[in-house]
Amino acid sequence: MARSEQEILEGLAEIVNEETGLEAEEVQMDKSFTEDLDIDSLSMMTIVVNAEDKFGVRIPDDEVKNLTHVKDAVSYIANNQG
Amino acid sequence: MTDTTQTSRRVVVTGLGATTPVGGTAPQTWEAILAGRSGIDTLTQDWVAEHELPVTFAGSIHTDPLEVLAKVEVRRNDPSGQYALIAAREAWADAGAPEVAPERLGVAIGSGIGGVHTLLSQWDVLKEKGPRRVFPLTVPMLMPNGPAAAVSLDLSARAGAHCPVSACASGAEGMGLALNMIRTGRADMMVAGGTEAAIHPVCIAAFAAMTALSDRNDDPQAASRPYDVNRDGFVMGEGSGVMVLEAEEHAVARGARIYAYLDGVGMSSDAYHITAGEPEGAGAARAMEEAVADAGLGTDDIAHINAHATSTPVGDVAETRAIHRAFGGHTGDIAVTATKSMTGHLLGAAGALEAVLTVLTLHHRQVPPTINLDEQDPEIDLDVVTGEPRTLPDGQVAAVNNAFGFGGVNVALTFTSAS
Repeated sequence: MARSEQEILEGLAEIVNEETGLEAEEVQMDKSFTEDLDIDSLSMMTIVVNAEDKFGVRIPDDEVKNLTHVKDAVSYIANNQG
Repeated sequence: MTDTTQTSRRVVVTGLGATTPVGGTAPQTWEAILAGRSGIDTLTQDWVAEHELPVTFAGSIHTDPLEVLAKVEVRRNDPSGQYALIAAREAWADAGAPEVAPERLGVAIGSGIGGVHTLLSQWDVLKEKGPRRVFPLTVPMLMPNGPAAAVSLDLSARAGAHCPVSACASGAEGMGLALNMIRTGRADMMVAGGTEAAIHPVCIAAFAAMTALSDRNDDPQAASRPYDVNRDGFVMGEGSGVMVLEAEEHAVARGARIYAYLDGVGMSSDAYHITAGEPEGAGAARAMEEAVADAGLGTDDIAHINAHATSTPVGDVAETRAIHRAFGGHTGDIAVTATKSMTGHLLGAAGALEAVLTVLTLHHRQVPPTINLDEQDPEIDLDVVTGEPRTLPDGQVAAVNNAFGFGGVNVALTFTSAS
């Protein structure tokens, strides 16, 4: 069953918390991964891989650079989830 | 006349930290050591039975790093880095966490083996899940200087972040390097020590294959028995020991508590065998003699030795010969102890932990006992402290701490009491 964007956001926030220690509620749709959440490219790769496992999607490396904001990642996952 | 203002700087110990098989802090570790409590126990991990390991016990860390560090710090550091961070933060806080110019603060934390848990767990990930799942921080976690780098980042130490790698002498070499960095004016304060987290089935199997380990599986707490006639090898331990070293005038100017002086270091190499120490102890004796001379002392001034004494049949005798060679007729007046009887052998952290214990011995004037010494090997003609701790005399007292490593490395440190 497809997850709602809200469910994906919550799941993504858990992954970000696990990887960076950031509080889950700080992970909001309009936040930039690098500018607002201070997530570097190494952490981003781990977050992407964990999101693939969690949501059953494949996020190609070429696509990762387009996911600058949380909402980009959420909508990519929503549109591509298996 | 040469300018000696830099080279004559005396170095003091102003902070201590440790996480070990017997305690999660330096005071907890000291309390256990003084009470003669063993930190060795049967391993509970599934891999012991899975791989039918010939040795089923070790000195595992007393306090889980997850109880001390943030979850994300545990995730981003190999256990060897976690232990170093814990011990370094304790030592730094113990020193009063002073304001110091980052360019005048350095780190020297050695490791014998490096991030073996990270390396091998990520090898499993690669085989099972493919390259994309390999953790991006694998390399900085497995590199031996990862712990020194993590501490340097944590404390904003910019005078240098060094990692001597010299097997079981690494931690002691870290102390020696730090001493000379302060003496030569490269730093005013150094966070120095060693760390190791090598209780991994590959390491146990490998040390067992060279018959270096005790296999007293039915009685783990009695397995580490330096100097006893029935000793049969060392027991692996893990953890970290760290101290804050500081130029004396710097410490005095800020009113810091001074535990002791680190007054001398001696280093030598045997060039004899890749693992065995030279049996007559010539190289080890030279390290001790240099450490004492470097402190401006005579060998008769040494009241206490915290020995390397790993509980191997050959090594304990070779060190005994080295002590006799270095101290001659004064040997019988030296109170010797082997604290590995309680902690096991922390490999690259051993010299650092035992340096911390030597400092506490001078500070409290109590020499901790060697446990499990039921029948002293007649070839070990040393005055070994057993049973109750032994009180050191008043006044200035000096002690030597030994650490020897595979590769024929010998390091000795001389500490002097604060008063």
